[in-house]
Amino acid sequence: MIDGAPPACTGRRNALRALAAGACLLMVRPAVATPEELAVAIRELFGDRAINPGRINLEVPRLAENGNIVPVTVTVDSPMTEQDYVKSIHLFAESNPQPRIVDVELGPHNGRPRLATRVRVAISQHLHAVAVMSDGSLWSTAVEIEVTVGGCAP
Amino acid sequence: MSRFGKAWVRLSENPRRGQPVEIRAMIVHPQESGFRLDDVGRPIPRNIVQRLTCTYGGKEVFRARLHPAMSTNPYFVFYVLAAQSDDLLFEWTDDRGDVATHTVRLEVSD
Repeated sequence: MIDGAPPACTGRRNALRALAAGACLLMVRPAVATPEELAVAIRELFGDRAINPGRINLEVPRLAENGNIVPVTVTVDSPMTEQDYVKSIHLFAESNPQPRIVDVELGPHNGRPRLATRVRVAISQHLHAVAVMSDGSLWSTAVEIEVTVGGCAP
Repeated sequence: MSRFGKAWVRLSENPRRGQPVEIRAMIVHPQESGFRLDDVGRPIPRNIVQRLTCTYGGKEVFRARLHPAMSTNPYFVFYVLAAQSDDLLFEWTDDRGDVATHTVRLEVSD
C-alpha cells in the first residue's frame, strides 16, 4: 500500500502540472502578439517593399513605470519640401495584443517631420517606427522599452 | 450617449508666415480597447477614437488612424506651416460613429 502510493501521487502531480501549463498557455496566448504578427501587420501595410534602417528616430523612456501612458516622439530626417517630404509615419508594438499603434499621414504643409503622442505598452518589448517618404522609400527603427506596470488594456 | 469629453488644443505662440506651428491636441475619451472585462467577466465592447483629422483653411493637413494601443484621451503633437490666418478644424471619430469637433483660429504674422 505504502509502496503503491508514490506512483499514484506522481501521476496526479503530473496531471496537475499539465493542467497548470495548459492554463498558463490559455491565459498568455491571446494577450501577446508575436514578432510574426508584427511581420504580418507590416506586410499588410507595405507589401514586399524594402524597409531600410535609418532616417527615423524613435524616442521613448528607457523604463516606463506606467504602460498605459508612454510618451513617444518620432522624428524623421527629411527637409519637408514639395520635392522631398514624409508621407506617413507608422508605429508598432511587437508584443501588444495587436501590433499596430497608429498611422499618421503628413505632407510638405507640415513643415517639420516630428510627431509626439502617448501609447499603451503591454509588456517589456521593442517598439518599431516606419516612415514612408515621398520618393516611396521606407525607413525604420526599433527601440527597447521596459515596462514596470503593463498597460493592461491595449 | 457620446463618450467624447472636452477637446483641448494649444498652438505655439507668435506663429510667423512660413514657419512651422506646433499643435498639441487632446480629446477626452475612454479609448476602450475591447480587451477588458467588466466586474462579472463579460468583455467590454471596443470603442476607440479611430480617426483624427485636422484641416487648415479647409485643406487637410493631418490625418491619424488610431488603434487600441493609443492611450486614453488621445494626444498628438504635430506641426503645420503657417501660411495665412485661418481656422484649424479638428475632427475626432470613434467606433460608435460619434464625432467631436473643435476649431482654433491660427493668427499668422509676418
